[in-house]
Amino acid sequence: MTQQLDHGTASDKLRPDLKLIADQLDSHCTLLDVGCADGTLLQWLFKHKNIDGRGIELEVANVQSCVEKGLFVVQGDADTDLNDYGDDSFDYVVLSRTLQAVHRPRDVLSNLLRIGNKAVVTIPNFGFWRVRLSLALSGRMPMTSHLSKMWYETDNIHFCTIRDMFELIALDGYHLERFVPVSQSGKPLTHGPRRSNLLASQALFIISK
Amino acid sequence: MTGQTTAPPQQVSLFMDQPLSLASGAVMPSVQVGYQTYGTLNDTASNAVLICHALTGDQYVASDHPVTGKAGWWTRLVGPGKIIDTNRYFVICSNVLGGCLGTSGPAEVNPDSGKPWGLDFPVITLKDMVCVQKALTESLGIDQLFAVIGGSMGGMQVLQWLADYPESVFSAIPIATAARHTAQNIAFHEVGRQAIMADPNWRGGAYLAAGVSPDAGLSVARMAAHITYMSEDALAQKFGRNLQDRETIGFGFEADFQVESYLRHQGSTFVDRFDANSYLYITRAMDYFDLASSAGGKLAEAFRGASHVRCCALSFSSDWLYPPSENKAFVHALNAAGARIAYTEIESDFGHDAFLMDVPEMDRMLAGFITRTAEERGLS
Repeated sequence: MTQQLDHGTASDKLRPDLKLIADQLDSHCTLLDVGCADGTLLQWLFKHKNIDGRGIELEVANVQSCVEKGLFVVQGDADTDLNDYGDDSFDYVVLSRTLQAVHRPRDVLSNLLRIGNKAVVTIPNFGFWRVRLSLALSGRMPMTSHLSKMWYETDNIHFCTIRDMFELIALDGYHLERFVPVSQSGKPLTHGPRRSNLLASQALFIISK
Repeated sequence: MTGQTTAPPQQVSLFMDQPLSLASGAVMPSVQVGYQTYGTLNDTASNAVLICHALTGDQYVASDHPVTGKAGWWTRLVGPGKIIDTNRYFVICSNVLGGCLGTSGPAEVNPDSGKPWGLDFPVITLKDMVCVQKALTESLGIDQLFAVIGGSMGGMQVLQWLADYPESVFSAIPIATAARHTAQNIAFHEVGRQAIMADPNWRGGAYLAAGVSPDAGLSVARMAAHITYMSEDALAQKFGRNLQDRETIGFGFEADFQVESYLRHQGSTFVDRFDANSYLYITRAMDYFDLASSAGGKLAEAFRGASHVRCCALSFSSDWLYPPSENKAFVHALNAAGARIAYTEIESDFGHDAFLMDVPEMDRMLAGFITRTAEERGLS
């Protein structure tokens, strides 16, 4: 009775930052996408990797878009609603460019690793040289393609750098499974953490306990 | 078959061979069920949609009410070409057990005594109501419903289906509801029941035999309940402190204010279409509702058989009767049970009644969900 969902309108081409996440995931894994927006990643994973993922999303309009795509997404907030998920419910929990927008990033990270075996976290890197230069030269809060809103409008309230993330991972005793720094154009870089903190505009971390 | 606004009443006798054992331990030797169907059941019986009505609702979901003549209570969503499309789906809606529109209830005649049941009617529960619905769908040749949908007490029935007959459900849509009645919910119901029982015409529940009816009590019960269906903002916007047909306050106890006049109207029209004892029995069933209690206190356990079911739950921001927090409780339990569930809290000023109102965001969620699950069911 069940038939393949029709994802006809879905573009096979994912945004580079989402593609990077998708590339890290095993087929048929169980997954929760926290802050899944309109479900683009979940839809792609369903179609291309047989991943029947679930999502949490704050905006009602985004949840509606997800439902129209045949996805199962619960409206909720990373800060408060992760507590309701049971331990070890998913193989992976994805938090894409959202950690800097939550009220308690450390608690959220801890919750991600309670719910999932592995957390896939991407962050915009505030240590990126363009950001540093922008702040140094203009004396105003930096705006780049990944930080495109004025300071009083941005959802980003807890900026961090790649180096900060490494320190938090060490502080809480997590295991870093994978680190992928990414250039401004979305290309993975091969630098180590130190140079990446200057040269990468974003980074992906796969973390486990 | 579809497109009509009036439909002949349908009724069936169930549990003729095997009596119905109720949660209370009482046994009913047979049960009459009044129901309506819209559309046509397909060859594989895979397109059936069960709509569960709320406390004072009825089976006339998409056709005119036989007593009031008013259009069906959810014609906005149910009908040919509508979101619940009767050209595509076979829609069933039945009067609940304990009701007063064709299904066995306290106003019906007790076959043993030849008189109306009154308080001799056994106390029923949501579980019993759903058990009767299951028997009805079986009698119609349906093993698995494509969807079970309901708001308020209808949503409680949807959750009861997921607990008791999950294998008979392909998808479920509980709206503005809860998996248990809170102290506040019980408190409001108790006010209504006491109003009915304080009416001298109630006669210990035997008013039908006496040829009277406790209209005043039932009317007050309806007025109190109606306040819980609306938000404070909705009342303020609709009525404010506006006066009714007068320029100044009357220094008396007439309905000076529009809100008083409105509530009195709600109360007085309600008694024409509802039986006071039915109101007692159904509110009692809702008060007894607590799905977790029958699963060792863990709500997720109640849903353990429902991991295959596709669910879509909706709550409304201004609903203080079954607020978003109560809806979230069963959403998380269904999630924990492995069911696929989509959920949103919709911004609305309508209060609890929002599920019956024109709320475009609700429509978009329902349309998206039903369309996609119909495709998965092979109904496109």
